[in-house]
Amino acid sequence: MLARRIIACLDVRDGRVVKGVQFEGLRDAGDPAELARRYDAEGIDEVVILDVTATLEARQARAQTIGAVSRQLFLPLCVGGGIRTEDDAAAVIEAGADKVSLNSAALAEPALLTRLARRYGSQAVVVAIDAKRQDDRWIAYTRSGSAASSREVVAWARDAEAAGAGEILLTSMDRDGTKSGFDCALTAAVSDAVSIPVIASGGAGSFEHFAEVFETGHADAALAASIFHFNTHGVAELKQFLRARGLEVRS
Amino acid sequence: MIALVDYGAGNLTSVRKVLGAVGAEVYTPSGPDDLARATGVIVPGVGHFESTRSLGQPWRHAILERLEQGRPLLGICVGLQWLFEGSTEAPGVSGFGVCRGTCDRLPDAEPSTGARLKVPHMGWDTLAFPRPSRLFDGVPAGSYVYYAHSFAAPLARGTVATSSYGVEFTAGVEDGLVSGLQFHPELSGTVGLRVLRNWLEGIR
Repeated sequence: MLARRIIACLDVRDGRVVKGVQFEGLRDAGDPAELARRYDAEGIDEVVILDVTATLEARQARAQTIGAVSRQLFLPLCVGGGIRTEDDAAAVIEAGADKVSLNSAALAEPALLTRLARRYGSQAVVVAIDAKRQDDRWIAYTRSGSAASSREVVAWARDAEAAGAGEILLTSMDRDGTKSGFDCALTAAVSDAVSIPVIASGGAGSFEHFAEVFETGHADAALAASIFHFNTHGVAELKQFLRARGLEVRS
Repeated sequence: MIALVDYGAGNLTSVRKVLGAVGAEVYTPSGPDDLARATGVIVPGVGHFESTRSLGQPWRHAILERLEQGRPLLGICVGLQWLFEGSTEAPGVSGFGVCRGTCDRLPDAEPSTGARLKVPHMGWDTLAFPRPSRLFDGVPAGSYVYYAHSFAAPLARGTVATSSYGVEFTAGVEDGLVSGLQFHPELSGTVGLRVLRNWLEGIR
């Protein structure tokens, strides 16, 4: 049976993992490759690098970061953050990413998803949607969540799928950083509307939250960063918990 | 030297990386003639069956010639589907045809329960083994591998591994010198490494 995926997110700036990392036994907790190796050993199903590096010079260093992480992993590796053009995506893929994640650029030009899907296959094209609740619906935000787009989230998710996206990385801006649980209503609304997998993100604070977003949120995968970094909740223990709940996870 | 056939279907970085990790020397043949030095041939692939149209007669001849010389062939993902006679995804394109049957789209509901199934079948799923094989030697039944596909191959004479997603499909074939994997061994952790090692051992 298809397993629910647990995905670790590494927020990287200038080649270093940002957000505090407190892992026992790590020589260098800010080193993305070291962290990726640790997650792999713990049984993570996939790794996402969200590179928030802004400057052009530092972007060239990004390829090195991706290469270093990729060499540690024989699992899917997705890279997002500031990918604006087909060339940006190609650089990330050639450096070792299996998937690229696009947000603002896809909103501005959905045809970019189509071109990338044609070149690399839909399985390599992830559309990242930052969703914020507004009355009884959700609006897709752009530019790292700083500006509202004109798109309602469920409609945009459908259009992105039609344009060629193979997966949706759906972040609840309302929940992100709160540790109060994933937004199950948002996740279910999107997951039920599309045929491609939906990765829920934003709000993970406990094992129970993961079970909820799979059971009630119909998520195909769930992503978290700090809950894993701080080693308070290990990936292996999380999987054990989910298995005991009757949810299929990779062993 | 293992020939990794690059016919423009997707990104080969991870496949190259994992083959390097299991000790294979890999090259990308510049054309069908360049297959002559291959001790084994890998046909990868992602995306649409239509992309295999680029594997025309010259490639087929060169690959057949390698097989006749006792050099093994491995198809991965769409590369496995290509080993069959064709696919309803691109009815005008014929496959290599060394395995019998036509690939078809995965069902979008579980037949027994009617429960909705998302297509593509994407993520980690389990393997079952109808019979022992060299390819899956040492891999326990129930092992998880990583999939990303909407079409799948039927069960065939060479089927040595299966998975189920609304329908039971061929996850791995081994028929003489011809092998194939529907999942992505390069993204399937230690299980993927083991399977590729097994395949490479058949070459040395």
